[in-house]
Amino acid sequence: MPVLLLVLWVVSAREGWLTEQILPEPRDVLQTARDYVASGELLADTAISLRRVSEGFAIGAAIGLVIGAAQGLSQGARAIVELPFFVISQVPVLGWLPLLILLVGIDEELKVIVIAWSAFVPVALNTAQGMRDVPRTLREVGQVLTFDPWSMLSRIIVPAALPSIFTGLREGLAHSWQTLVAVELFASSEGLGYLMSWGRQLFQLDIVVMALVVVGAIGLALNWTLGRVERRLRRWQVQTA
Amino acid sequence: MIPRPSLPPWRPLLIPLIVLALWELASRAGWSDARFLPPPEAVLRRVWFETTQGGLATDLAASLRRGSSGLLIGASAGVALGLLLGLSRVAERLLGPLFLAYRQVALFAWVPLLSMWFGGAEAGKIAFISLAAMAPAVVNTWRGARDIPRAHVELAAVLTFGRLDFIRFVALPGALPFILVGLRSALIYAWLATIGAELFLNIAPGLGGRLNEGRETFQMDLVLACIVVLGALGIAFSRCAAIGEARLLRRRG
Repeated sequence: MPVLLLVLWVVSAREGWLTEQILPEPRDVLQTARDYVASGELLADTAISLRRVSEGFAIGAAIGLVIGAAQGLSQGARAIVELPFFVISQVPVLGWLPLLILLVGIDEELKVIVIAWSAFVPVALNTAQGMRDVPRTLREVGQVLTFDPWSMLSRIIVPAALPSIFTGLREGLAHSWQTLVAVELFASSEGLGYLMSWGRQLFQLDIVVMALVVVGAIGLALNWTLGRVERRLRRWQVQTA
Repeated sequence: MIPRPSLPPWRPLLIPLIVLALWELASRAGWSDARFLPPPEAVLRRVWFETTQGGLATDLAASLRRGSSGLLIGASAGVALGLLLGLSRVAERLLGPLFLAYRQVALFAWVPLLSMWFGGAEAGKIAFISLAAMAPAVVNTWRGARDIPRAHVELAAVLTFGRLDFIRFVALPGALPFILVGLRSALIYAWLATIGAELFLNIAPGLGGRLNEGRETFQMDLVLACIVVLGALGIAFSRCAAIGEARLLRRRG
């Protein structure tokens, strides 16, 4: 099917069924991609986007893990944090964008904050959920073995909550990537999202399609990497348990 | 559930109250610049003003209309596609990889392309919202339809159900819990996409447009008022979704 579609694309472009403004020829896209790679522009923009995502995701995930763990481990903390957290997370990430632009401007901080925010919410939610759902029996085993709080956490709670924590991290990373593209479309002068909006302004769809492909490929790579890390950790989980 | 010591009811309100108090104090004592952080009552007054005299009702209606048309198109296309993928081997083989490839592209990356195809006005916005709502509906329906127990499928075959009857009496009810999960996240995505479309595409009445207006004219109270409204709407959506879900599942059971 993908092959069929590609063939259809080539044929329709060659026969001129669709104008270039609707769908550029694959050859054009490839040519543009070659030019952008050769000039180093594509790589530079990709690097910038990746740096923003990794900074934002690292910060957001770290805070999310801490807040999520606090909610998952202590009922008192949960009672205090849950409601405000819920209310704030009901506002779509992009709703905060205009506010943040007024507060911090449109520089790097804006991107990192928004990306961190979008990673934070799912990570915190899933971590809290996972830790709360650790079976009672497992906790009791720990109590019988008179584990101190630290080994209780590292030997029982974290390994048992790991799948859930990973779901959160995965979702967080996917959200970070989406948010990155959104922020770069909205307020940026470099990066993949900017490349796209620039292509749109010039009515150069080949640039837009090229950036789209790169965005997709990176999304796939991020997902795949996290999947590998997860499988690694699963093995460790089995060993500790 | 194990009875646990009941928590004092004020606990959940602790942080909001502290934040509000600090906010009020900061603006009273003049620690904060009112242009950057208007006092809470100014924000509330703005919400009130916008609802009673300003155009908030119009904007809200415009956003909701846009969001719900997108959601309707996207979710129904998504459920249909999901059923197709889950029930037909051939379709899964042909379209599955394509859909998975599409999923890898971050949602907002479609904005430039869609806006060139459909324009930046209403059509482009709704196309984007539909696209956003479609993906979660497809994924979950697909999973649900694939996991329908073999016995049910065989029973339907014995009863010589037609294709439509099969979908109506076996596939849809069987996949319902998954479909509902999908619809719920379709709702969230559609709403996010509505705000996104209003921020990124042509200016038109809508909450996103008001947010933008507030930012461009540096009216912090308007921006904060819009955020308050967005939060309230989000809460209302998730309440409605939870209630609707419970109803549907009960009817099925």
